[in-house]
Amino acid sequence: MHDNEHHHEESFISKYIFSLDHKMIGKQFLIYGLLMFFIGGGLALLFRWQLAYPDQPLPVIGASQQYLDEGEVVTGADRMWERIYESDKEEWLETNMPSGVITPEFYNMLFTMHATIMVFFVVVPILVGAFGNFLIPLMIGTRDMAFPILNMLSFWLAVLAAIVMAIGFFVPGGHAAAGWTGYAPLSADPQWTGVEWGQNLWAISLLIQGFSSLVGSINYITTIINMRAPGMTLFRMPLVIWSLFIVAILLLLAFPVLSSALALLIFDRLAGTTFFSATAEGGGDPLLWQHLFWFFGHPEVYILILPGMGIASELIAVFSRKPIFGYRSMVYAMIAIAFLGWIVWGHHMFQSGMRPGLGSIFMTTTMLIAVPSAIKTFNWLGTMFRGSIRFTTPMLHGIAFVSMFVIGGLSGIYMANTPVDIFIHDTYYIVAHIHYVVFGGSLFAIFGGIIFWFPKMYGRYMNDALSKIHFWLTFIAFNCTFFPMHILGVGGHMRRISNPQQYEFLQGFEGMNIFITMSAFTLGFAQLILVFNFFWSMYKGKVAEQNPWQVNTLEWEAPTPVPHGNFGQIPTVYRGPYEYSVPGEESDWIPQAQPEHAPATSGD
Amino acid sequence: MLQWLPENVSTYGQGVDNLFYAIYYLTLIVFILVMGTLIVFLIKYRHQEGKRADYIEGSTTLEIVWTAATTVIVFVLAMFSYPQWNNIKSPTQFPENPDVVVQVSGKQFNWDMTYPGPDNEFGTDDDLELENELHVPVNAVVHIRLTSVDVIHSFFVPQLRLKQDALPNRFIEVWFEATKAGRYEIPCAELCGFGHSGMLGYLNVHAQADYDAWVQERWPQ
Repeated sequence: MHDNEHHHEESFISKYIFSLDHKMIGKQFLIYGLLMFFIGGGLALLFRWQLAYPDQPLPVIGASQQYLDEGEVVTGADRMWERIYESDKEEWLETNMPSGVITPEFYNMLFTMHATIMVFFVVVPILVGAFGNFLIPLMIGTRDMAFPILNMLSFWLAVLAAIVMAIGFFVPGGHAAAGWTGYAPLSADPQWTGVEWGQNLWAISLLIQGFSSLVGSINYITTIINMRAPGMTLFRMPLVIWSLFIVAILLLLAFPVLSSALALLIFDRLAGTTFFSATAEGGGDPLLWQHLFWFFGHPEVYILILPGMGIASELIAVFSRKPIFGYRSMVYAMIAIAFLGWIVWGHHMFQSGMRPGLGSIFMTTTMLIAVPSAIKTFNWLGTMFRGSIRFTTPMLHGIAFVSMFVIGGLSGIYMANTPVDIFIHDTYYIVAHIHYVVFGGSLFAIFGGIIFWFPKMYGRYMNDALSKIHFWLTFIAFNCTFFPMHILGVGGHMRRISNPQQYEFLQGFEGMNIFITMSAFTLGFAQLILVFNFFWSMYKGKVAEQNPWQVNTLEWEAPTPVPHGNFGQIPTVYRGPYEYSVPGEESDWIPQAQPEHAPATSGD
Repeated sequence: MLQWLPENVSTYGQGVDNLFYAIYYLTLIVFILVMGTLIVFLIKYRHQEGKRADYIEGSTTLEIVWTAATTVIVFVLAMFSYPQWNNIKSPTQFPENPDVVVQVSGKQFNWDMTYPGPDNEFGTDDDLELENELHVPVNAVVHIRLTSVDVIHSFFVPQLRLKQDALPNRFIEVWFEATKAGRYEIPCAELCGFGHSGMLGYLNVHAQADYDAWVQERWPQ
């Protein structure tokens, strides 16, 4: 049945580098995201060290105490520092961490770049770039994206953005250090930070990344609207495709707002305009930046979580062997979240000096997001209710996603509440919240999704023992890292301070900061297991059959490895995606493309 | 968890803390119910040989129930929050005729406090400027004119439950009434540059007699 696939030989470059195949581009985005994940995580470990042991030299590369006190060279690191101090050149390490001690300037750069990389170069590229590319054509039953060349362009623009962002680390003055939110005027004028080209490159890189997202989202929307297989009505689409469809629309509408703001910021920095600075001469306003940034930024938060919800929905339905509970209300809840996402941005600005009356309005819209979030959570529980739950590793990640999302969602209510937010705004409470949503939520979904679709991507299973060790280590270390941050926030511990010991009222938190740092290092090292497992299984993993998890959706109809063009013959869809355990059927699953049965009514 | 909250020493702080507690117990109950249900389901409906899942597509009644219930809870919570918020942040609702008016200006990396002096006008000869030290009497209404000369800072007094960003070229009014004498820290809560960590002022809340003595010392009559 595969005789109509074109089997012409492709060169290495056209197959693996400048590929037009959506599956290869998806894999490229995945490896890109995993690579950036390590850079972003590494930066976090550096500043976690500073928070636990302020102004003490880093382990391994820091100088010894004897060297610091008496100049006596004891360790290999001491020799390195000796050499650096003796050289006439101003070395990078000497500027940023003399003797291994992180300077306040470097600290600001570390957390700025940690968040920038994680948000724009890890979570979005993996969720949208990797899963979006790999899954959309396969799951809606088509041969490729609508615009393969745009698709390739989207990836290579993302690579260009990453290169520009990476250069920023090595320019004089250091990289951007005004936070990932880049609040003006701090970000708008080099005199306030001493950062010159770092902040410019940050803005230029995000502009390029914005084009990449824009090109990708146009492609996704066009493909989903026009290229669904016969019978694949909108309400027969798997929820992960719904989530990616909604996210593509959000990206299309939100990123241009950020791009405009970034362009104005570049004008402010390089052309002497004053869009974002309120000087006696210039008529700009710092709050304009915040409005533009968060008008983009809040939909961006849902861009980070919605595909995670989609992936978790697939995992929970498949491994509970049950239809999704309330399929349509799941779709409507996602649409509601996407819609509300546009009218809540002011909750980031409750304490900014925005008119207080607006605070009350934004509090109301923000708290309303609890409604669709609750609908989704209860529907996931409903899906497991009277199911036949298989505790595979992807399912463990799906369950972790739901649990962590519940914590992240509930902690959001505190901050949505304006009076309570007065106290916890800009404290570790928000740091805990965002990590429960984006790490506890999105990343667990990403891990689960990688393990789940790995057999279709690479034709092999990931090693299950390693996957389970990775899951439990990550789950425990994640909670030990981020849960105590709620307590820090309740204590008033500000975010973005490099040395909590400077404050009388934070003296009691030293032990907790050390505990968090230890947990963060464990969490970081646990991810090495995932990466080792990923690359090892690519070549050495157990060979997988075509549909190892017995899933209904169309991607499993394609042969493994999936050839160019995906399907021999485009499948016809006869039913919804979650027809599991249908009464009277011998098998507990009925693929969407299986024709013998009359079209079922799932989803109605 | 809430025992970690710093002691409250402002008149409106108790209202904030009450909401904090209300949300804490609300979310705790929801959390326990959801997680409890999840764990029960995971155990009860784990895969067992010869047992199939039930084919359940959903329940419109349940969807309506949990949509309505969440909406009601959200609006009730909002109703209790509006007055607290307005009381703290809306200048039209501040207590009138403040006992003390001070201008606080953020500047990398200090808080500049300006007292208008006996004439109660800023920009006159009897103004007093202090770096990082704010002096106010206990049980008195204090109005602060908050501004900045460079970037955005945030005026945060954890024990007052008060936080407000300070913006260049804007004057934002905040108020408080401290209920207990003491010396409290005023950290900056908005990233403002490499000296952000350690940007720290002090709020000195004096007993009325001590405050009067301090005023007398500064502006002898």
